[in-house]
Amino acid sequence: MTRVFAWTAFLLGVLFFALPLAGMTEFSLKMRRGEYSFDAYRRVFEDQRFWDTFSYSLILAGATIVFGVLLVVPTAYWVRLKLPQARPVIEFITLLPLVIPAIVIVFGYIRLYNTSSVLPLTGSALGTDVLLTMGYATLALPYMYRAVDTGLRTIDVATLTEAAQSLGAGWITILARIILPNVLVAVLSGAFLTLAIVIGEFTMAALLNRPAFGPFMQLLGANRAYEPPALAVIAFAITWGCMGLIQLVTRFSKHERAKV
Amino acid sequence: MSEADLRRPPKWRLPTEWLGILPFVAFALLFLILPTMKIVVGAFQSPEGGFTLQNMVDLNTESIRSAYWTSIKLSLITALLGCAIGFAMASAVVFGGLPKRVRSPLLTFSGVASNFAGVPLAFAFIATLGPAGLVTLWLKTEFGINLRAMGFNLLSFWGLVVTYLFFQIPLMILIIIPALDGLKREWREAAEVLGATGAQYWRMVAFPILFPSLLGTFALLFANAFGAVATAFALTGPQLNIVPIKLFAQIRGDVLGNPNLGYALAFGMIVITGLANVTYIVLRTRSERWLK
Repeated sequence: MTRVFAWTAFLLGVLFFALPLAGMTEFSLKMRRGEYSFDAYRRVFEDQRFWDTFSYSLILAGATIVFGVLLVVPTAYWVRLKLPQARPVIEFITLLPLVIPAIVIVFGYIRLYNTSSVLPLTGSALGTDVLLTMGYATLALPYMYRAVDTGLRTIDVATLTEAAQSLGAGWITILARIILPNVLVAVLSGAFLTLAIVIGEFTMAALLNRPAFGPFMQLLGANRAYEPPALAVIAFAITWGCMGLIQLVTRFSKHERAKV
Repeated sequence: MSEADLRRPPKWRLPTEWLGILPFVAFALLFLILPTMKIVVGAFQSPEGGFTLQNMVDLNTESIRSAYWTSIKLSLITALLGCAIGFAMASAVVFGGLPKRVRSPLLTFSGVASNFAGVPLAFAFIATLGPAGLVTLWLKTEFGINLRAMGFNLLSFWGLVVTYLFFQIPLMILIIIPALDGLKREWREAAEVLGATGAQYWRMVAFPILFPSLLGTFALLFANAFGAVATAFALTGPQLNIVPIKLFAQIRGDVLGNPNLGYALAFGMIVITGLANVTYIVLRTRSERWLK
């Protein structure tokens, strides 16, 4: 009896998730009348704006990841080593982006960093890119911090630090050559998740008026019929790729540990 | 300074260890806390800069009230359905005697689907349940069922509910499977030895233990749906009257005709997602105390 219920619940769920994926794939192949073809994909790939916006978002994702790692790893390390009393506050702050909607945060940016403010970041393209990167780092903060902090839990931070210090290592050496390699898997997981979040992000990029992949997809969706599902298939493949890479690095690390 | 502060012996040591988190604090202030404070303060300012409650009063129009109500309804329904369906699928996999092989693909897929929100998700549903979508056409040609004639429209409230469930359910699955794994076999056996039925075990043992994580996930799912802009915008364009879409239009072009009313609109969003989380924290501390 339980088994029948279980299978029913599971299969209905699978159906719910499979149908939209089947729908978008089928629709994206229907551009040519009467037969399936890859015409919609060809159109997308021939569009220069696709490559421009996609590479823009990719670069921004890279910048977000580098900044996020440089910010989160030293902070999480320091809190574990020297400031355990600050832990609840820091954790609370890292969870705030899950509570405050992204649209509210970016609204604040626009008003706080406009051209008549002390720090007129939105006044230039580069400044807006920096602001957007910071916005993405904020969105990724809950995931990045959680991943790195969990990674740090599995190593003995205090002993490693003392050992490195007694061998004459400074703080930068400790972080770059002791701590970072030890939490690399966690950092990579956080990085791929950040990539998955940033690559198709719409709200922040659209409101800051930057030529990112998300607003481009929305624009195409408003004007075309067959290209949008093709873009959806591509976006789904990218998300799947990011999650697959997370699993891959996690599995790889387990293998490494087992050998030791 | 109060008396208590004066009596305490002063510490003159420079707190150098706090310098280590200075970059993080600076980042959080500049790009998270100050922007939010700007919104909160602006919500209580008149265009001239003085303190006023007028913006709060001005929120009370037919159109804004109905936007909030639709948004709250949308978030509550998708959070509830997401929790219920996600729980059903997760417990089917953990307890339902399904083969072990389905578990890991389900978790991986949930990781993908919970991040597959926004613009592409809207495209996927338009291609499936839209006027020329796969399922719509299939139902029409094979069974003569016309979804549109039956009152279903993807570009409406219920269409949005169905679409949001695509990322709400997987999020629930991701969070609840570890919690279900935490239910020890011994507890069930102990309950059975004492004569409990399956329903009694769930009601009196498993459910109270799971309650904090269920509630936490519910609050998270609520905030997740409440703040979502991209999916709704790509699906219905600017016409659907929900708060994030309204705020989006306001930021782009001051459609309300009053910048400070925009602050108030955003402030209302923070209050609602904040309340959802405070409720969660209060109920969690309560249930945890009870668990001891």
